[in-house]
Amino acid sequence: MHELAITQSILDISLQAAAEKHASHIREIRLRMGPFSGVVPECVQMYLDVLAKGTPAEGAKIKVTTVPLKVLCRDCGREGEIDRTHIACPYCGSLRLKRLSGKEFMVESLEVDE
Amino acid sequence: MEIKVLHQVMEWNEDVSAEVRRTLKDHKVCLINVMGSPGAGKTSLITALIARLREEFSIGVIEGDITGQIDAEKIAALKIPAVQLNTDGACHIEAMSIQHILPDFDLDSLDVLFVENIGNLVCPAEFDIGENLRITVLSIPEGDDKVAKYPLMFTDTSCLVLNKCDMLPYFDFDVSRAAADYKGVNPEGPLFQVSSRTGDGVDALADHLAGKIREALAADA
Repeated sequence: MHELAITQSILDISLQAAAEKHASHIREIRLRMGPFSGVVPECVQMYLDVLAKGTPAEGAKIKVTTVPLKVLCRDCGREGEIDRTHIACPYCGSLRLKRLSGKEFMVESLEVDE
Repeated sequence: MEIKVLHQVMEWNEDVSAEVRRTLKDHKVCLINVMGSPGAGKTSLITALIARLREEFSIGVIEGDITGQIDAEKIAALKIPAVQLNTDGACHIEAMSIQHILPDFDLDSLDVLFVENIGNLVCPAEFDIGENLRITVLSIPEGDDKVAKYPLMFTDTSCLVLNKCDMLPYFDFDVSRAAADYKGVNPEGPLFQVSSRTGDGVDALADHLAGKIREALAADA
């Protein structure tokens, strides 16, 4: 949901970062997102195609790296990757978990022309 | 050429929620975000809880709706300070709106501020509004598959309230299924079965919340 506002934010962040490095054109915007970020990448791409018209990001492609849902078990102390529909430590089954990753949503890097 | 950016996209929302949390902490107010579908019974539940909590706590309510004053008028009729927050089409409340509306309350005289979020099982769960507690309301007529279908709403919550339990004889709602799905996504979250209409179960929920509110207010001290 909310991909229009989110895409505008991604575009603003990217244009600013590119301007700081005096880049002339942005080819690719690389995002990092967790399974809990609630964002649909295809939707971001569609909005970007429209919003970026006439800016140095025109025609830029969105590339997404998905971050696994990682937890730290408060009982056995081990870190594990879990599925969002079954929240339990993969080693000891404990439910006392701390979420280490899975909700992040960030612009990680850009591929640009100088 | 590659440029490293590492910039949080939702940062603007996170930032303001931290400010809201700080303001409320300074004034010793516990913010409770009430979420659920349209028609789940959020306003009725808040009304039932006010009746049981108002003796111990001074309460205010922010009524979120896309448009109209209906809910704020219902709460104001109880002689409880209520402010209507109209989102003009937006499907959720953001921390920024809460920040703008806080000056409408005399925060020093309040202990608890309920926020009735926009009726929606998806978007409100994605936005931190600076709350101390989240209550997710699911009513029996909505069906027992909603936890499985909208997991985030049930994962990131402090408790699940099954409302309209007086309707259980008339619907094929399997409480054990909803409870099992809820345990899967929120292993330590408590579940309450209530009916705001008959009052069944509301005392147990109010007692639980009173404990959490006292904890929050003590932590603020």
